[in-house]
Amino acid sequence: MNIDTIENGYVIDHITAGNAMKIYELLKLNELECQVALITNAKSKKTKIKDLIKIGKLIDIDFDKLAFIDPNVTVNIVKDNKIIEKRNLELPEKLVNVTKCKNPRCITSIERDLDQIFNLTDKEKQTYRCAYCEMSLEK
Amino acid sequence: MKNRHLIDIKDFSKKEIDDLIKVANDIIDNRDKYSHKCDGKILATLFFEPSTRTRLSFESAMLRLGGKVLGFSEASSSSTAKGETLSDTIRVVGGYADIIAMRHPKEGAPTVAIKNSIVPIINAGDGGHNHPTQTLTDLLTISREKGRLDNLTIGLCGDLKFGRTVHSLITAMSRYKNITFILISPNELKLPDYMKEELEKNKIKYIETTNIEKYMNELDVLYMTRVQKERFFNEEDYLRLKDYYILTKDKLKTAQKNLIILHPLPRVTEIAKEVDDDKRAKYFEQAYNGVYIRMALILNLLEVK
Repeated sequence: MNIDTIENGYVIDHITAGNAMKIYELLKLNELECQVALITNAKSKKTKIKDLIKIGKLIDIDFDKLAFIDPNVTVNIVKDNKIIEKRNLELPEKLVNVTKCKNPRCITSIERDLDQIFNLTDKEKQTYRCAYCEMSLEK
Repeated sequence: MKNRHLIDIKDFSKKEIDDLIKVANDIIDNRDKYSHKCDGKILATLFFEPSTRTRLSFESAMLRLGGKVLGFSEASSSSTAKGETLSDTIRVVGGYADIIAMRHPKEGAPTVAIKNSIVPIINAGDGGHNHPTQTLTDLLTISREKGRLDNLTIGLCGDLKFGRTVHSLITAMSRYKNITFILISPNELKLPDYMKEELEKNKIKYIETTNIEKYMNELDVLYMTRVQKERFFNEEDYLRLKDYYILTKDKLKTAQKNLIILHPLPRVTEIAKEVDDDKRAKYFEQAYNGVYIRMALILNLLEVK
């Protein structure tokens, strides 16, 4: 399968197989007018299979959101047909308005105009907890 | 100057809690000395969820300090019923009072409140999350009755899943040396994993059991809790679990002579009335202590010397 190389944009590589659609949805890539290629179950030396996303434009990417879904990805930034940066992501300390608290008893379920904030409470286990009710976040 | 609040028992250090207990003990011994400490000050009790006991305890505390109180006892009699946000309510009430005690059914509500408040906020309970003034009450009672807060085996019985008093008490007691928790609950109401992770992280001993009598002889403190109807979405589950543990004289057969039995009250069926006559039952003393520790807390947050 051939997917055109990109002149300017991103190659989000080493996505854990199965996560590409989640990233596509959370970064709202469907709203872009440029070319977007989503490849699932591509061959990988490291992990046998992986997903991959190519975006044909240098858009603003929310790297915190991306790291939250899959901290293992590598983002290749392409400019004039060359990779100018390979960025490895780190789990953000805080997530703001990335996702909603699922606890029906949480104040965020009723209070208007409230930011949905989650704090990274355990880096090793990748646990985020709601800044209000402390309920852990299920991805 | 930045206001100090009490949202979570962790907001106060062990030393600060010990100081509050000292002041509360002094208030108990010298009530007159404190009867005008808060002259001219107003406490607002904002109870978005009814809780007569906690509200009256706060109001009694402020009145005994010479201050005045205002507030509401349920959301239907507040502007929340008209659709006002909590942020706006707090912003407005901050102009009416010097300090706010707030109970809210939603967890994390006090965190929203402090972001919008110009006066100190005391969390008087937020859903199944935290209830720090109950914990202060418990600590004062344990300290007065046992003469120490370390080297204790504490049985916690009943609803350990939604029971906020239990969560706050475990957090607070975990700071003292050589504490062992015996966690007694039905499987459906076990202590949440994140609380157990904390205990493990801090190397604090705990044992989980469904049997109230199994470790009775080892306990220094038995903390009973009510299975709260308002925490269940399903009536059937509530009915099935509410009478799971009923403490009777018979179940106390093997208990130590100097055990103390506590309960945040109100109780429903979980402690039989016959236990009230047992000298180890300290839950009414505990309720009285609630006023004194809240007096100490109000003085602290208002920085009244």
